[in-house]
Amino acid sequence: MSYVQGEYPLIAKKNLAKNIYDFTIRAHHLAALAEPGQFVHLRVPGFFLRRPISICEIDREAGTIRLVFEIRGEGTEALSRINPGELVDVMGPLGKGFTLLPEGKKAIMVGGGIGVPPMLGVASHYGENAKAIVGFRNAAAVILTDDFKRVGTSCILCTDDGSAGMHGFVTEALKQELEREQPDLICACGPAPMLKGVIALADQYGVPCEVSLEERMGCGVGACLVCACRTVKDGKEYLAHVCKDGPVFDAHDVIL
Amino acid sequence: MADLQVKVAGVTFKNPVIPASGAYGFGREYECLYPLSELGGISCKGTTLNGQNGNPAPRVAETPAGMLNSVGLQNAGIDHFIEAELPYLEKQDLVVIANVAGHTIEDCVEIARRLEPTSTDMIELNISCPNVKQGGAAFGTSCQAAEEITAAVRRATTKPLMVKLSPNVTSITDIAKAVEAAGADAVSLINTLLGMRIDINTRRPILKNNVGGLSGPAVFPVAVRMVWQVANAVNIPVVGMGGIATAKDAIEMMMAGASAIQMGAAIFADPYAPVKVVRGMNEWCDAHGVARIADLTGSVQPW
Repeated sequence: MSYVQGEYPLIAKKNLAKNIYDFTIRAHHLAALAEPGQFVHLRVPGFFLRRPISICEIDREAGTIRLVFEIRGEGTEALSRINPGELVDVMGPLGKGFTLLPEGKKAIMVGGGIGVPPMLGVASHYGENAKAIVGFRNAAAVILTDDFKRVGTSCILCTDDGSAGMHGFVTEALKQELEREQPDLICACGPAPMLKGVIALADQYGVPCEVSLEERMGCGVGACLVCACRTVKDGKEYLAHVCKDGPVFDAHDVIL
Repeated sequence: MADLQVKVAGVTFKNPVIPASGAYGFGREYECLYPLSELGGISCKGTTLNGQNGNPAPRVAETPAGMLNSVGLQNAGIDHFIEAELPYLEKQDLVVIANVAGHTIEDCVEIARRLEPTSTDMIELNISCPNVKQGGAAFGTSCQAAEEITAAVRRATTKPLMVKLSPNVTSITDIAKAVEAAGADAVSLINTLLGMRIDINTRRPILKNNVGGLSGPAVFPVAVRMVWQVANAVNIPVVGMGGIATAKDAIEMMMAGASAIQMGAAIFADPYAPVKVVRGMNEWCDAHGVARIADLTGSVQPW
């Protein structure tokens, strides 16, 4: 594993939706090492434990990473108050990202809520060979749909209440897509019930699937073992660690 | 440049800084930041006889100036340690301390026997894990149980034997005296303090285990007090830990009576913390005319 830790400037900040923030951080070495699906571990002034945040986009030429996160508690609330020009203590890139298939292969990205941001970085690898299916609670919570179009990936928007895009869950849109055409890989990030539904469909249509998990973390590098998740290893249940063995796992290896 | 070398139970450490068991794995996760040889030693992840998965997640919760954990000694077993981790650590030029955490006295004795022919420099017998149902702190909260398990492991090993003590007791000095009488060469303290946090919206504990061990700067003054009391109660060396995050903390802990120090939770906040502490201790010694860091041990002048 190879990662760095240091203080890097926040160069741009946007509020994308209620409680959703968009940070661009300049960290050349980190951006050079980063792969879609990996995460960074941020230190927030006033809090002891770092906060793991998935990487949304990587711009190696500009030497920047983009992070889109949701305020979940006091730590992420304090994180959201950091302003452009200030430094952020970042450790990363950490963990295992999504498999990036060779050019010409097709993939479907499925994201739910704050699980959507890491799918953007993966989508940009596939460009027009990817299709994104993203779901949100309602129109006010919708983020990043234009960004998928910017990287060349068509985007199917679903909302739970039908206030934007398709009325319904991402799994319904995924089923329709899989009926039409089966990709080489499905990549998904979102709440556990969504992941379960995606994995069931992937199995039904015989498409390989990778899912990104989250858990409360300590060290972020696999030393402290707090971020356990249930997986299967050699036919037996094994508590793997989201930070080092994941966050991205083969769908067949996880027990949700 | 001060002389940073310290000796604990006949084992020489090039400096007094040791990542604590459970906080640093077997060191591999940090080798891309700095060579492990910059550290005095490593106390390896607690190892049981056959390996175990530990407790369900969530296993960590933020607290004011610290954290709770309820990992529950997840590890791959003693044979895996000997075959897969020890060969790597042997090459790193630092003191290797194996942390032994059996569920029964017989387990601990067997683990010590398997470590006997290996290159492990020292054994740290963990009688203080708050997160396991069998063994763990059950051995460390009664003088008789602490004495029995220490004596049994003592008979099974010729390696320097350090016993890691629990702070969740009425009198830690009595436990320290009991393990000293049973043949321990050193004691290390403190393990975590049992704590709990509740999510008031769900009315559920944050930890799936309900309770867990508190560590981080929040526990530092408790640790300093206990190290000071134990160092004054026994004649064997004390390795101090509990909330050390800076070189100043480490120096304070040594003044309280520690011959060396361990660091845990601080590494999660700053992975460079142990090497910063080594450098900072050296600078402090130079600035204060301390030629040998070992001279700091127990140098507090109590009122």
